[in-house]
Amino acid sequence: MTKIKSLADLKAMKQSVQEKIDTRAKGTAEGLVQVKIAMATCGIAAGAKNVMDYMMSETEKRGMDVVFTQTGCMGYCHAEPTIEVTLPGKEPIVFGYVDLKKADEIIDKYIKDGELVEGIIPVNYEKINN
Amino acid sequence: MAKFKMHLLVCGGTGCNASRSQEIAQNLTSSLKDNGLENEVQVILTGCFGFCEKGPIVKVMPDNTFYTEVKPEDATEIIMEHVIKGRKVTRLLYTDPENKQHVADSKHMGFYKKQMRIALRNCGYIDPQNIEEYIGADGYSALAKCLGEMTPEQVINEIKLSGLRGRGGGGFPTGLKWEIASKNHADQKYVVCNADEGDPGAFMDRSILEGDPHTVLEAMAINGFAIGATKGVIYIRAEYPLAINRLLVAIDQAHEYGLLGEDILGSGFNFDIELRYGAGAFVCGEETALIHSMEGQRGEPTFKPPFPAQSGYNKKPTNVNNVETYANIPIIITKGANWFNQIGTEKSKGTKVFALAGQINNVGLIEVPMGITLREIIYEIGGGIKGGREFKAVQTGGPSGGCLTTKHLDTPIDYDNLIAAGSMMGSGGMVVMDETSCMVAIAKFYLEFTVEESCGKCSPCRIGNKRLHEILEKITKGNGTMEDLDNLTNLGRVIKDASLCGLGQTSPNPVLSTIENFYDEYVEHIKDKKCKAGVCKSLMQYVVDQEQCVGCTACARNCPVNAISGEKKMPHFINTELCIKCGACIEKCKFNAISIC
Repeated sequence: MTKIKSLADLKAMKQSVQEKIDTRAKGTAEGLVQVKIAMATCGIAAGAKNVMDYMMSETEKRGMDVVFTQTGCMGYCHAEPTIEVTLPGKEPIVFGYVDLKKADEIIDKYIKDGELVEGIIPVNYEKINN
Repeated sequence: MAKFKMHLLVCGGTGCNASRSQEIAQNLTSSLKDNGLENEVQVILTGCFGFCEKGPIVKVMPDNTFYTEVKPEDATEIIMEHVIKGRKVTRLLYTDPENKQHVADSKHMGFYKKQMRIALRNCGYIDPQNIEEYIGADGYSALAKCLGEMTPEQVINEIKLSGLRGRGGGGFPTGLKWEIASKNHADQKYVVCNADEGDPGAFMDRSILEGDPHTVLEAMAINGFAIGATKGVIYIRAEYPLAINRLLVAIDQAHEYGLLGEDILGSGFNFDIELRYGAGAFVCGEETALIHSMEGQRGEPTFKPPFPAQSGYNKKPTNVNNVETYANIPIIITKGANWFNQIGTEKSKGTKVFALAGQINNVGLIEVPMGITLREIIYEIGGGIKGGREFKAVQTGGPSGGCLTTKHLDTPIDYDNLIAAGSMMGSGGMVVMDETSCMVAIAKFYLEFTVEESCGKCSPCRIGNKRLHEILEKITKGNGTMEDLDNLTNLGRVIKDASLCGLGQTSPNPVLSTIENFYDEYVEHIKDKKCKAGVCKSLMQYVVDQEQCVGCTACARNCPVNAISGEKKMPHFINTELCIKCGACIEKCKFNAISIC
């Protein structure tokens, strides 16, 4: 491992490792966009894992602060992969049939600008938050 | 390197370690491997989360799920359910004692709501054995800022402006201490970190060293830069093997990365740190005694002046600060004095870490802003008294402190208010007591400790404390007189005034403050020969309730001194002259027929 010889070295190292631990920082931060990806058997079979990987790397590339968590089956097995997006201060919105193209659209329009896109599944349940 | 999408933080503090947290981490890792997830989910052993009552703790990020009392056997379930299927393992979640509901997110737990983590900012967040994680969490950037952008005077001014006071107990302004040391010129100066944490029940410094050792190293280097010292020594007790181990790893890593050693960050500044092990003598927490112990001499205090800042280790100017004080330094430098001095009260800035112990529901390590009330600490963070009993007192400051009672529940806690209330901040031990604690016995307990730990150099402390202890012994045996009470007070004051060092100057505090706050309890012991709390054995009598007793003979058969007699199926009697009050009969009686009065 190279030594840190200057302030620039330290800063470079900080940047490279910060990414590795920001998953933790996001867990405690307030006001971030939350994306939940249904990763039950049906979701994974339909390609939810690819979608999650894609969305994680895309948002990072575009410099957006988004917290990704995986959840169990949301119950819309017919419309997998499904994801739930919560913008700060807004009600969660569930999108169905999210392939990579749709994911890109969601990132670009809804997450970035709050502009709704096709593919919303009306939520017919209430959640108990604990 | 692949980015991990989920982090499993496992507490690696001493407490959770003892409850097999290493094994939990191993099982989690192997279970991840079994499921091919080792490149997606990371397991990290961190420092203490503070919630020791419910340890071992496993925290899942980024969803911030807080699992309590996890066993190594639970690892597979966490992986299969939470990590793979995204379902929280409900039975391992924290249960709110009030509404009996599971709380998944630690942000919503009463224990964490009122806390503010500055000194403990990285404990339970980063891997203490990995310098890169510390750097990623903004580590060593304060040192870089000092070396690159600030002069030593500016550093000292920033610390002065922050209002930071010594966290070891005395509360001396840290910036001022640095300034004095900086103004004394010598060919060699030293920076010493006092990690000789000796108060019974206190483990703040240990947890910081175990959970975030680099922050202390960084702060010491900043201290060295500010006062012109190139050598640092950490005086730590040999009883802290885990902390020592992590410090050694941290020092090695800092060398490897060029953050300790010569020409740090190309600035021309040299600084190195070594460890010295103490044998665990309480008096060595006093700075002059600590320095003598470091020099290889007897750990005995000497008269001040000269202060260590003038003539300390090897007769050179030395700055001694406590671990927690150091843990505050880097963040003050990065965030600025004006950020820090907004927190706390007028004369006590920032936060304080307390080790919460005793008869309280949430035993653990907490960090709260100065000015918080005792009520908030005990009832909101601490979750109230165990078993729903009545709060009686809280002991702060260990053997140097005193007791606070119900009348102090709403006093904002800071250095000056605690002294005004007859106690002191001390290093941060906080022992909560309920109605089952006898205050005379508590005072006696602390005196026993000081008598044991007094170095014997000066007479007031060596002889005076012994006498205080004898008088307390006499009172708890039921032989006290009202005159003894006056003697305790007078002698206590003399010891405070005449002792050489901080140990003796504060050792009568537990006695004086309990007399002040619980005078009636002392009188009760002396006049009525009664100990209401049922602690002082000599003042108790065991009696058999003649109506409850069915004559099963269980008590008589188990009495080690044959003090119980009676016919089968007839009520039994206890011969109080023979009874040694061991409690065996109460334990064996199935009919609750034996009571203490």
